[in-house]
Amino acid sequence: MPFDPTTSTLVSLRDAIATKKISAGEAAAAYLARIASINPSLNAYREVLAEKAAARAAQVDAGRVRGPLAGVPIAIKDCMCYAEGTTCAGSNMLRGHRSPFTATAVKKLEDAGAVILGTTNMDEFAMGSSTETCAYGKVSNPWDVTRVPGGSSGGASAAMAADLAAAALGSDTGGSIRQPAAVTGTVGLKPTYGRVSRWGLIAYASSLDQIGTFTRSVGDAALLAKIMFGADPLDGTTAQMGVPADLDQVESAPGRMRIGVARQFTQDGANEPSVQRAYEEALAVYKAAGAEVVEVDLPHTKYGIPCYYLVATAEASSNLARYTGMHYGHRAKDAGDLADLYRKSRAEGFGAEVKRRIMLGTHALSSGYYDAYYTRALKVRRLIRNDFDTAFASCDAILCPTTTGPAFRIGEKTGDPLTMYMNDVYTVTANLAGLPAISLPAGFSAAEGGKLPVGVQLIGQAFDEARLLRIARVHERATGHHLVRPVL
Amino acid sequence: MSQPITDSDVRHVAKLARLHLSDAEVSAMAVQLGSVLGYVGMLQELDVSGIEPLTHALDQTNVFRADEPLPGLPVEIALRNAPDRDGPFFAVPKVIGDGGGA
Repeated sequence: MPFDPTTSTLVSLRDAIATKKISAGEAAAAYLARIASINPSLNAYREVLAEKAAARAAQVDAGRVRGPLAGVPIAIKDCMCYAEGTTCAGSNMLRGHRSPFTATAVKKLEDAGAVILGTTNMDEFAMGSSTETCAYGKVSNPWDVTRVPGGSSGGASAAMAADLAAAALGSDTGGSIRQPAAVTGTVGLKPTYGRVSRWGLIAYASSLDQIGTFTRSVGDAALLAKIMFGADPLDGTTAQMGVPADLDQVESAPGRMRIGVARQFTQDGANEPSVQRAYEEALAVYKAAGAEVVEVDLPHTKYGIPCYYLVATAEASSNLARYTGMHYGHRAKDAGDLADLYRKSRAEGFGAEVKRRIMLGTHALSSGYYDAYYTRALKVRRLIRNDFDTAFASCDAILCPTTTGPAFRIGEKTGDPLTMYMNDVYTVTANLAGLPAISLPAGFSAAEGGKLPVGVQLIGQAFDEARLLRIARVHERATGHHLVRPVL
Repeated sequence: MSQPITDSDVRHVAKLARLHLSDAEVSAMAVQLGSVLGYVGMLQELDVSGIEPLTHALDQTNVFRADEPLPGLPVEIALRNAPDRDGPFFAVPKVIGDGGGA
């Protein structure tokens, strides 16, 4: 059987290109052909850089580009500045924006020889859980095109589930990699805060944003992690520490494996039966693999969403203050004075959800409310982190569902912002505490006759992705859920 | 803190946020923000006395690099996304005199 670059793992595709089993040009052409045929029905990509990708692949084949990712086709998210294309962050504010520079994370992939296929759609400024706030159209879930692919990295998750890239970068502020990964049956890794440079990542909430990956396997996530992790002189909030040499050795035994379970992730019948079943199956997998299951308590979990929506929107209101229509971005045509120009440019450039979050954050930071909302949220953030510190004294990773249910229907939750916000109930606390977490394909929901993926999440200790990935690999190896593909 | 937010509150916040909102948007925003603020009011249940705010997950401050000049953006690249330009400058509306007030 000929080697199929669009279904193989990143690791085996990289090896196939390196050993000339397939050329980089053939790999790029296979993906570009698949994108041309399937993307119109999904809208996963906003921009496909077909010519540039083909030219780059030719350079790999000519031996002019080398590296541990030589010739591997990868998609980036629309909030990652890329000098070779446009960067719009899912917003009309940045329609047609041509960044003068390339984000460090993307640059590192290019330096390793990767071929950038294009840019995937996302919720506007990464604010959403369904990719329905995207100014460039909604994105469909490849498992059921009437359903959302999750969000905010919904273009990335849809692209991965439909095999339109060998890997895709995403960003995760409250669950924007893990939630879409869960509902599309892909592997989604959010590294520890500070592991991957945010330079060139269009900011949503700077103390929470972290770049990570969508991949077909845990091993692929580990390979990309090893390349993207590390301190960046251009981002003072990258961790000033080295990257473990064995980070990509996911086949190694994790060693001590104490799996923490907390009642806060399974109580009140919050989980759809298929999610609960997937979680219990994962727990059984770990027990069978010799793990010790430890009960931990994360009593402040339910305060995660309210805490997150104050902290994230406060930071967003500040970050998005830069969009004034002055140096770049949308400028209103018919404004009077400067203040009017700001107000109108922002009113025209931003969509409804972005306006809501700017308003919420501005309110939370305003005189008279600052302490009651913002400072209190930061204190609760400390309590959430303290919960994890206590839990990790007795376990190595915490297992929980990624979401409470499978993908919902397009339009189902757009009427009520609060319902939409609850999608991130199991994912936000890892962002607030800065911890690494990974969502793994964990089986399927048979709801309404559909075959909809569900995920489980493992939350690890800060900067211990090596162990987290090895523990994740134990589940992947035992279940094989990641190998099931949608019919397109 | 769970009191409803009025249209006038919304207008005040919109002014701070430099956002023009139509009357219809103001009313809708009052309802939606009121609902979210009511929900986040849940945080008032917790006793946070003596708890230090956690602004950032990374325990790291003041990362410095050597004070050496690095190349900046060339003018043409810096201006390539400018909504309006005047030669090598960004063109903006008049900001002093009666054009100010931003």
